[in-house]
Amino acid sequence: MRFPEQPNERIDRSRPVRFFFHGRAVEGFEGDTIGSALFASGRRVFSRSFKYHRRRGLLCCSGGCPNCLMRVDGVPNVRVCVEPVREGIQVRAQNVLGSLERDLLAVVDHFAGPFTPVGFYYRTMIRPRRFWPLYETFLRHVAGLGRLDKHVGRSRRFDTEHRRAEVLVIGGGRSGREAATSAAAAGRQVVLVDERSAFDLDGVEVLAPARAIGIYEGGLVPVDADGVLYRFRAERIVVATGALEQPLLFPGNDLVGVYLPAAVRRLVDEWSLKPGERAVIVSADERGLAVADQLERAGTRVVERIDLRSAPPRRIAARGRRGRLCAVAVDGRELECDTLVMSGGRQPAYSLLAQAGARIEYEFERGIFLPADLPPNVEAIGSVAGEQEPAAVPAASFDGADGQDRCFVCICEDVTDKDVKRAIAEGFDSIELAKRYTTVTMGPCQGRLCHVPSIRLYARENETDEAAIGTTTARPPWAPVSLGLLAGRGHEPAKRTSIHHRHKEAGATMMWTGVWRRPHSYSHAGNETLSVHEAVGVIDVSTLGKLVVQGPEAAPFLELLYPNRFGDMKLGRIRYGVLESDAGRIMDDGTIGRLGEDQYYVTTTSTGADTVIEWFEWWNAVWGMEVEIVNLTGALAAVNIAGPHARELLGRLTDVDVSNEGISYLDAKEAFVAGVPCLILRIGFVGELGYELHFPSPYGEYVWDTLLEHGADLGIRPFGLEPQRILRLEKMHILVGQDTDSESNVLEAGMPWIAKLDKDDFVGKWALEHVQARGFREQLVGFEMTNGVVPPEGGQIVLGGRSAGRVTSARLSPHLGRAIGMAWVRPELAQEGAEIEIKVDGGVANARVRLKPFFDPEGERLRS
Amino acid sequence: MSFLLPCPNCGPRDVNEFAYAGEVTHRPRITPSQRELSSYVYFRRNVAGVQREWWYHRFGCELWFLAERDTRTNEVLKTELPLRDEAEAPTTQ
Repeated sequence: MRFPEQPNERIDRSRPVRFFFHGRAVEGFEGDTIGSALFASGRRVFSRSFKYHRRRGLLCCSGGCPNCLMRVDGVPNVRVCVEPVREGIQVRAQNVLGSLERDLLAVVDHFAGPFTPVGFYYRTMIRPRRFWPLYETFLRHVAGLGRLDKHVGRSRRFDTEHRRAEVLVIGGGRSGREAATSAAAAGRQVVLVDERSAFDLDGVEVLAPARAIGIYEGGLVPVDADGVLYRFRAERIVVATGALEQPLLFPGNDLVGVYLPAAVRRLVDEWSLKPGERAVIVSADERGLAVADQLERAGTRVVERIDLRSAPPRRIAARGRRGRLCAVAVDGRELECDTLVMSGGRQPAYSLLAQAGARIEYEFERGIFLPADLPPNVEAIGSVAGEQEPAAVPAASFDGADGQDRCFVCICEDVTDKDVKRAIAEGFDSIELAKRYTTVTMGPCQGRLCHVPSIRLYARENETDEAAIGTTTARPPWAPVSLGLLAGRGHEPAKRTSIHHRHKEAGATMMWTGVWRRPHSYSHAGNETLSVHEAVGVIDVSTLGKLVVQGPEAAPFLELLYPNRFGDMKLGRIRYGVLESDAGRIMDDGTIGRLGEDQYYVTTTSTGADTVIEWFEWWNAVWGMEVEIVNLTGALAAVNIAGPHARELLGRLTDVDVSNEGISYLDAKEAFVAGVPCLILRIGFVGELGYELHFPSPYGEYVWDTLLEHGADLGIRPFGLEPQRILRLEKMHILVGQDTDSESNVLEAGMPWIAKLDKDDFVGKWALEHVQARGFREQLVGFEMTNGVVPPEGGQIVLGGRSAGRVTSARLSPHLGRAIGMAWVRPELAQEGAEIEIKVDGGVANARVRLKPFFDPEGERLRS
Repeated sequence: MSFLLPCPNCGPRDVNEFAYAGEVTHRPRITPSQRELSSYVYFRRNVAGVQREWWYHRFGCELWFLAERDTRTNEVLKTELPLRDEAEAPTTQ
């Protein structure tokens, strides 16, 4: 199939490459594409068309059309005409039921024509309705192009890189290269992006093969470069995307053997392949006619050259046998041929410019659309700007004789001239609507081959001109892009505490809380709560947000942010605080300890740390108070030791007085524990005597190990998040976001003592005053079940058959032996012992309202 | 959105580095009526045109600043630090 070696051919005949097509070995050479090697092996049919399953062969040979889409090593929709051969790859045809030669779905071409006109999916196969499941199964099977392997997962890695360029040149043709080198010579930093294989250019960084996907707002140009997505910001964008050869519309214009001029040039010049035996050329420009040189060089006889500029024929129709071209009839003259080169002129590839904001206008003389009014910093050069030789404006379509073959406007979606005429007859007179109805320009070529011909046909059928029809909106992506590239690398950000590995070693079940990984429990959540009540437990609370707020105005600053008062706190004391927005909504809660006259240590919830810091900084951006806010969340680890033996354990590890007088409830004290500088906070989220130790993160594992070692004889046991949730529920301590929502405020949540409404101002004060004035609509209360059933969180509370509230938390307390929970109820139900009903599993279960903590209601154990 | 936003500290940066926090609101200086409170907390002008709005350089220098941006074109006319006496409050709900 190859003719003798010629100078400047792309292939290296001394380096054969072997790959497999449907399991059969195919030989090619270094420099071949998969497409050229298959062509050399005698293959002419490369695919079956989308709807009619007609045979299709190489047409553009430049990666523009849909005719050579194949599956390469499991990746669907690879354009094999531009994909270089690689040793050992497995190539398969797609969109066929059977083989390329015997595709069972080709019956659609022969018999289903009347049932599959344009828009058929809206009108056929909808009756009888009960058959729809059958139709759907069939349609789902045959629709779409290519198949993804569901089981392969992510087999490739995709990366994103942010880049800058002074000058970004898109397109490496003659004009692009000239622009790049002259900009480089002027001392600019230049990047050139080109679809073809890599080459060197003096002073220019060449990215190839790579494709600019679009031009977005702010001059952002994403470039697809084989697994890497470069997000370019360029000071100047030079678009040199050239022009696209346009096909002609005549019956049989999709037959195997019909080529655009570039295909012939590449087959002959680059790969020394002979396109066929007898050729006819029909062209609207000189470039098309000039391929006669290539054909003669390849030994193909040029039977006829038809120049549309001088003597355009009235009728052209191609005839095929088994999908392959065998003759073309021109004005009644039958010309036998197996090769037909068609050229309808070249349309500037303006799409990227239109995306950037250029206006597109029609030039009647050459019959092309040209970009105009380019935005600043964007430049068009070369063919895309209209620098090209004159050409004839071809007829919108050529007719043949009766019984002619189909005439395709869009070969991607198999839309014929009849379909377009029918759409117009049905009233789809706007090009944008017609596009969506007929799907012309919506296939893999994205309008490269069908946009202008369809506009021309539209103009003729609507008896107007192309300028009046106009173009459809150009949108990214201009080049096909794999979704993996857009998705980038698979990231699942997770935060771990410095004690994380100790939890894993102890066999903890880990869970997500926001971005944190935390132990759910180590063995049995219920038993872990019992060891806190009976002996001592330890939990890693390093995830708490930890801030230092410091400065002469620290106290007034916090008093403006929180409903609480802090200025009156003694040094070394702690107060529970709740943050509210100006709408009165509870945002976060935590403890505020006064470490110095002007220094406060603020803790936040685990998931609220970032929000709280941003909130603090935001308000201070307005107030400009003299405070510094320092985030120590990651710098400090924290553990909570809780239970009757907690004091004994702490006493063994520190020299300070740990008696109730030495460190009383809500005291904050700096001390060395196990030789590590710690801030000891005596607080009791879980309801037992407890100490929170905050210390530098690197000591995490050491402190954890030391506590477990020295507490072994006291029965110490680590406990996870789930037991902590049971323990806090026994104390009716709220969890922000679990027990509160966007309507919750501190008054109705049962914490009126927090809001110091006598303060002049604080964020949320006015909303709370409003709540107080309007009266409560609902209140947060505790409840216990009478029958021990744990109701679902979010479960409905009913009273006399009507909704009266909702459950926010519910657990079985092993210590109390009862099912307990918290709920929002109507104010009249917020009374100790009030009977409520909760919907559980379709029925209702009885419960009683509790206003005081279930465990240690007076806080004696907490303060002991 | 892929426009560039000039951070007063860092200069023009990709908008994805920032958190948008809504148009500026004006916090009442004295106890507001219920209507004034609702208007401050819940109501926004939502202009099609130049809007004064809050931005936070979340993946950068962590600065809160104000921008004047045309919401129709994403053209940023200027960015600046808050004028502290204007009581332009965080957008709070």
